[in-house]
Amino acid sequence: MIREFSSADVLFILMAIRWTLILSLIAFAGGAVGGMALALARTSQARALRWISIAFIQVFQGTPLLMQLFLVYFGLAVLGLPIDPLLAAAVALTLHASAFLGEIWRGAIQAVPQGQSEAATALALSYGDRMRHVVLPQAMRTATAPTVGFLVQLIKGTSLASIIGFTELTRAGQIVNNATFQPFLVFGTVAVFYFILCWPLSLLARRMEARMRLAVTR
Amino acid sequence: MYRFNFQPVFDNLDMLAHGAWLTVQLSSLAMAIGLVVSVLGAVAKTSGIKPLRWIVDAYVEVIRNTPFLIQIFFIFFGLPALGISMSHNTAALVALVVNVGAYGTEIIRAGIESIPQGQIEAGRALALSPVQIFRHVVLKPALRNIYPSLTSQFIYLMLTSSVVSVISATDLAAAGADLNARTFASFEIYLVLTVLYFLLALGFSTLFATLRRVFFDYPAGR
Repeated sequence: MIREFSSADVLFILMAIRWTLILSLIAFAGGAVGGMALALARTSQARALRWISIAFIQVFQGTPLLMQLFLVYFGLAVLGLPIDPLLAAAVALTLHASAFLGEIWRGAIQAVPQGQSEAATALALSYGDRMRHVVLPQAMRTATAPTVGFLVQLIKGTSLASIIGFTELTRAGQIVNNATFQPFLVFGTVAVFYFILCWPLSLLARRMEARMRLAVTR
Repeated sequence: MYRFNFQPVFDNLDMLAHGAWLTVQLSSLAMAIGLVVSVLGAVAKTSGIKPLRWIVDAYVEVIRNTPFLIQIFFIFFGLPALGISMSHNTAALVALVVNVGAYGTEIIRAGIESIPQGQIEAGRALALSPVQIFRHVVLKPALRNIYPSLTSQFIYLMLTSSVVSVISATDLAAAGADLNARTFASFEIYLVLTVLYFLLALGFSTLFATLRRVFFDYPAGR
């Protein structure tokens, strides 16, 4: 039965945005923890830690997110866990976000002048204090703009969770399209919703970047 | 306890190799056409003709702020409503070109703007024609500046291209999906697919690093 594309469908799609947001938030929070660990490992003195971090980032930046999703999805079965699209999507996107945030934050940490670290060491600050009070606060200034930029990439990335059967914004659109067969309208609407989510973040990232550049040249 | 079974994968390695070749072809072609779109977009954006700039701005923002998956659905399922229908593979190529064109426009615009005005004026003082100035004074040094972004964009494009398998276009991911439908060795198949994509990405980044040394390894002016 083909029916009209109605306001109820728009509402259904609109409500699915919350799953896109929840998935993005989980991945971003998990990715922040993982990314911080990777960035610290990547800039540490221990060679083994650096290598593990480099390998992790290389693998996740050098393979398609779609493959990562499939691997985690089918990997759950290998581990004897029940196959759950939300769990699989959350784990895969968290690992993905960890790698990208880890790489962004590594760059930010390394951009803090070496002398800052040396001065902190000369003041007998421990590694933890040095990072917490000296290096990371300064690294944060360089890191915020690209981090917000990555958030846009992450929100767009959650659309791939629809392929493993998780009902978020994109999959809601597919469901409505299957019932109404109005792909032009349906996917147009879905695109508009993604745009409304992502565009403000893109603008914010660009403004932060411009302000950063101004601060650096001054 | 899960029993790994890589036999179906090894029995069909030729099929996966063919899929990998299709992925290389598809992404190379998309990049080549996408570069043309990017140069046109960047020229339009820096031309100073306002309506032209608005159109390109809108194109770039829309593409960069919506998922590729929705773009390909729109092109493959949505456009036929306007009387524009394409085969699976053509739709995949068009979607990739449209996508990479938007990112490329921004990269090339940044490249053009990285050329100091004085360099262009110097070219004019030497009585070079506008075309000559664009080719020798703007394009080549700009290309050198943006080479790293362009090449990583290509690798990103190749990884993104795995998504075209959802509209049944033929590529590496589709070859894997085919094999999965026949043998159900899902985890093993996707593990090997992931490794193959990784090798492709690694291969291309090595190739690009070599090419950079060959073509752009002269001392910087600044």
